[in-house]
Amino acid sequence: MSRHLLSIDDLGAEGIEEVLKLADSFVEVSHRDIARVPALRGKTVVSLFYEDSTRTRLSFETAARRLSADTMTFSVSTSSVKKGESLRDTVQTIDAMGVDAIVVRHRSAGVPHQVAHWSTSAVINAGDGWHEHPTQALLDCYTIRQRLGGVAGKHIAIVGDIKHSRVARSNILAFTALGADVTIVAPPTLLPPSLAGWPVTVSHDLDAVLPKVDVVYLLRLQNERMTEALLPSAREYTARYGLTRARAALLADDAIVMHPGPMNRGVEIAAEVADLPSSVITQQVANGVAVRQAVLFLLLGSGASRAA
Amino acid sequence: MPRELVIKGGRVLTPDGPRPGDVAIKDGVVVAVGDDLDGKHVLDAAGCVVGPGLVDLHTHLREPGREEAETVDSGARAAALGGYTAIVAMPNTEPAIDCAAVVREVLELGASSCCDVRVAGAITVGRAGERLAPLGEMADLGVRLFTDDGAGVQDARLMRRAFEYATALDVTLGQHCEDAALAAGGHMHEGEWSSRLGIAGIPAEAEELMIMRDLALARLTGARVHFLHVSTAGSVELLRSAREDIRYSAEAAPHHFTLTDEAVAGYDPLFKVNPPLRSANDVAAIKAALADLTIGVIATDHAPHAAEAKEAPFDEAPPGMLGLETALALALTELDLTEQQVFDRMSARPAEIAGLAGHHGVWIEKGAPANLCVVDPAAQWVVDPAALASRSRNTPYAGRKLTGKVRHTILRGEPIVIDGVAQR
Repeated sequence: MSRHLLSIDDLGAEGIEEVLKLADSFVEVSHRDIARVPALRGKTVVSLFYEDSTRTRLSFETAARRLSADTMTFSVSTSSVKKGESLRDTVQTIDAMGVDAIVVRHRSAGVPHQVAHWSTSAVINAGDGWHEHPTQALLDCYTIRQRLGGVAGKHIAIVGDIKHSRVARSNILAFTALGADVTIVAPPTLLPPSLAGWPVTVSHDLDAVLPKVDVVYLLRLQNERMTEALLPSAREYTARYGLTRARAALLADDAIVMHPGPMNRGVEIAAEVADLPSSVITQQVANGVAVRQAVLFLLLGSGASRAA
Repeated sequence: MPRELVIKGGRVLTPDGPRPGDVAIKDGVVVAVGDDLDGKHVLDAAGCVVGPGLVDLHTHLREPGREEAETVDSGARAAALGGYTAIVAMPNTEPAIDCAAVVREVLELGASSCCDVRVAGAITVGRAGERLAPLGEMADLGVRLFTDDGAGVQDARLMRRAFEYATALDVTLGQHCEDAALAAGGHMHEGEWSSRLGIAGIPAEAEELMIMRDLALARLTGARVHFLHVSTAGSVELLRSAREDIRYSAEAAPHHFTLTDEAVAGYDPLFKVNPPLRSANDVAAIKAALADLTIGVIATDHAPHAAEAKEAPFDEAPPGMLGLETALALALTELDLTEQQVFDRMSARPAEIAGLAGHHGVWIEKGAPANLCVVDPAAQWVVDPAALASRSRNTPYAGRKLTGKVRHTILRGEPIVIDGVAQR
């Protein structure tokens, strides 16, 4: 594994498998009375979150604590420029405290790359703008593997706002790296301007896609998409692309429903569909901790050494 | 003090093409081009091209307002080291150059600098795109180019009025072609790379729409329009097929014929510029347009930014790159042009648009003004941002080996740069 986790591309199929395999053992440990192991004792993990994300931050911090690492949180609600301190200054300040890993969330694509450039710590991308959210993709792969036995050869539909989704970008890379067949389903306004080099099939017809898939992965629809003239209304979106009760009935019996959260019940997913047994949404969250433990361990644990 | 100076042994770009020889200068004027000329002072030009000093139509000097990034003095020195003897300062300073008082201030600041400094005035007050700036009072001070560069004038009616008004003043209106609504929120070229990197894109069409509009308005009004930093293949097509009765000129920047949007892959804001770095197909179109004169001018869009401004997230960093000290080397090596053609695009044609004809951009012969650029087209050098004369360091070519180095720059007969070293 490379020194940082900035993109799923840093891992490749082999790296993803390594994370998933290691996550198995952390899932096993999590069932013990004491879920904590001393693997990262003496290491410090900083959460540098420029964008609110309670769930991702808590998941990382829980993962770090279960490995006995010390954790620090650096929350910034305003942009570095507005705050007057440059991003580089912030990073070098944190770095000077002698930390081992920086978990970065930022509304701007590419910030984890910049942090990695300026820091001597390991950097983990916890979501950068529309770009990537690699640990989400890893936990999604883990969940699919857990429920369906593997990712290779599975047909996965990702439905919704692909254009503005870091989850979609990381998942497309991860799913296809592991040999899944990915179809993206979205109105044309919510697709990236160019799909050159993306190993996916595109559809605008969810009804036609659903019967053929093993996994339907729904993305959150942000309210602001309606004001940007990308969609006429949430209602029309739900009518054409929402996983309604009737649409869920088109799924094969063993197909699963996934969502990165937080859900807009009644928009991209009907309330009752989210609670069906085929929905693995809470399982995704549960797996998040073990997968992030695996990532932290691979970057900081025995075998990985802090760069000089 | 004027002194007698001879530039020895170069390839001299004369009205009849290049010829080997010496150039003798006295009282700021070329007094002879010939063989074995002698003078009190001699500058060696063996292996060098001796051409008219370069003229940059598009320089951001940042003074007044952002002196930490560049001053008139530092920008003019960078220009001289890049072979320029005249530059046109863009009006997006703070305050904007939108009235006689600010024009005077910048002209005064430039009066004793390393090259001639002219200014472009704003088309609208404060570059806000709402009311016409006093073009006439600025024209009276010698301003020949007006632009709201940094933004295009969005209101078609206002732009029509500006063109109409300008026809009485013998001035050119320059347009930063970008439809603001279509480009809104974008930070790089929209395409394969923006999609992959998750950065909001600026479509080529945002530029092309405004070129279409202004070609129509220039035709309607008979005004002269100059298209700033043209960057797309579609724009080139529009200009190439423009009717012959439309009085247009256009420029392209070196970064638009040397770099593509792939450079953004590392998210380094040094590669953020507006218009953005485009695709390889666009780069090829710009090169071809500079060869067939669809685009007649190479202009730098030299845009200094303090280091901390570029150490921000990509979408928060300001757009812009340094250009003055690297432009000539890139033009000599990356374009399919002769040396004389390079000087045509970088000196003769921009001098005309800047209203400097007869003073700059004059092919060398007896009687020509001694504003000269002596460049060794074979000299190799590595771009070291710390060694640049600009106050800023935001060159996208750091570490790149370039071929072609300015050796001497002569302004009104006086050597401003000797062997690559500024004398002021």
